Amino acid sequence: MAELVELREAVTGLMSDGDSVALEGFTHLIPTAAAHEIIRQEIRDLTLIRMTPDLIYDQMIGMGCARKLIFSWGGNPGVGSLHRFRDAVENGWPRPLELEEHSHAGMANRYVAGASNLPFAVLRGYVGTDLPKVTSTIVPIKCPFTGEELVAVPALNPDVAMIHAQQADRRGNVAIWGISGIQKEAALSAKRVIVTVEEVVEKFEPRPFQIVLPAVAVDAIAVEPGGSRPSYADGYYDRDNAFYEAWDGISRDRKRFGEWMERHVLGTRDFAEYTKFIESEETLR
Amino acid sequence: MTDNGALEYTTDEMMTVAASRELEDGAVCFVGIGLPSEATNLARATHAPNCLLIYESGTIGAKPEVLPLSIGDGVLAEHADSVVSVSEIFNYWLQAGRVDVGFLGAAQMDRYGNINTTVIGTYESPKVRLPGAGGAPEIAASAREVVIVLRQKPRSFVEDLAFVTSVGHRHGGDSRGELGYGGAGPSMVITDLGILRPDPVTKELTMTALHPGTTVEEAKEATGWELEVAAKVETTDPPTERELEILRDLKARTEASRKKA
Repeated sequence: MAELVELREAVTGLMSDGDSVALEGFTHLIPTAAAHEIIRQEIRDLTLIRMTPDLIYDQMIGMGCARKLIFSWGGNPGVGSLHRFRDAVENGWPRPLELEEHSHAGMANRYVAGASNLPFAVLRGYVGTDLPKVTSTIVPIKCPFTGEELVAVPALNPDVAMIHAQQADRRGNVAIWGISGIQKEAALSAKRVIVTVEEVVEKFEPRPFQIVLPAVAVDAIAVEPGGSRPSYADGYYDRDNAFYEAWDGISRDRKRFGEWMERHVLGTRDFAEYTKFIESEETLR
Repeated sequence: MTDNGALEYTTDEMMTVAASRELEDGAVCFVGIGLPSEATNLARATHAPNCLLIYESGTIGAKPEVLPLSIGDGVLAEHADSVVSVSEIFNYWLQAGRVDVGFLGAAQMDRYGNINTTVIGTYESPKVRLPGAGGAPEIAASAREVVIVLRQKPRSFVEDLAFVTSVGHRHGGDSRGELGYGGAGPSMVITDLGILRPDPVTKELTMTALHPGTTVEEAKEATGWELEVAAKVETTDPPTERELEILRDLKARTEASRKKA
């Protein structure tokens, strides 16, 4: 049952070195505050899971939090490469990164299987591509009814899922509206669930395309206003495109990246202080 | 306007306009980000107001007022007919055969329209690590047909792909058919130089049209394999004043909204 806690407390209590963790978000509601807390607490040897690893995965990989990445598309959306991800894959810096690479369809179905407590998912895909040659978790399977050749991919059941949502109510239910990506499936597939929210409200108002994650499916809720910046939170703030562009320069160089992270993330107490620091800087960052 | 009264436009504008014309009104279209998104939204603003644009972030019937910078931008959900989870998009819509045409970009493509978006070099020690598959393998597999929008350059039009991320016509001939996919594969590739279509028998991409002012020699030089050219090469109609006006307005509004944000 969801408890309202401080993010620091949630991460300390629910995460350990070596965990598999999914911080989901499909360019909307990216759980930046949660990722920063993982970095601040110097949690290590993580298996990071995400359909679309972006800036926060670049940061966690560059800071040495990750041992392995399970993913389907890794980039700086609308800008280009993730330089820390590339450096880890191409040069093993700061440590080698094991890859388990899928397509979006495969990853989405793996979460669905995990949320359904099934051992694997079945789909039409991958056949004829080189992905099965490099990813051992893509296996042909014959339909027991028709004999059709299909593909099986194993369920994802992360130790921890972290998502950012617009609102929670006092009872711990979580409301997300707008593009909700694969967050519901990721949360329901995980053993422990941490949700950061923009605010806690008395009662949810009806919104178009709103989904509600009931309190029983959540372990910890932490209020983190602006917690998905520089991505956007529908109804609260827009995407900070300039930050995505600036990240290309910051992350390109190991030293500059390290100094930036030291100053902005390790050097701030929490996400609120980080946000104030970012806003106080005239030139980007 | 030039001295002789013809419209001036860039090769990229010609590419986007040519690609937009291939989207039929009423078609259900799965849209990749970037050039494909630009072309399909131009189509929606010109001849195909009733096309149904689907983005992999979960938006069905997206009607963005400006071009999305990323695949999950708020403008895609704002006026959408429906917003669903990513798993529904891939399972209920794409895999179920509800998508008429997929518009895709690529990093590299070979003569059969197979696509690489994974690595340059070897997978184990890549020279360049690219973003990866995303939604492309299943779009390439299951959309009834695929339109690829890609600038024609020796670096992107390559003889051998380092990695096959998404299957086009595979090894040519009937080889794609052996995979049991629901979709027919790439029906055309629209570039900044012209249009390539697969040969009906060999399935090798053949230059069937050139944009005005482009020569066969230029197209051959821009291609990393020995380019097949149709016996009769057509010339693409240049962009109309209206197409250019709408495309430029769309891009100007997109630029303005990005600066504001």
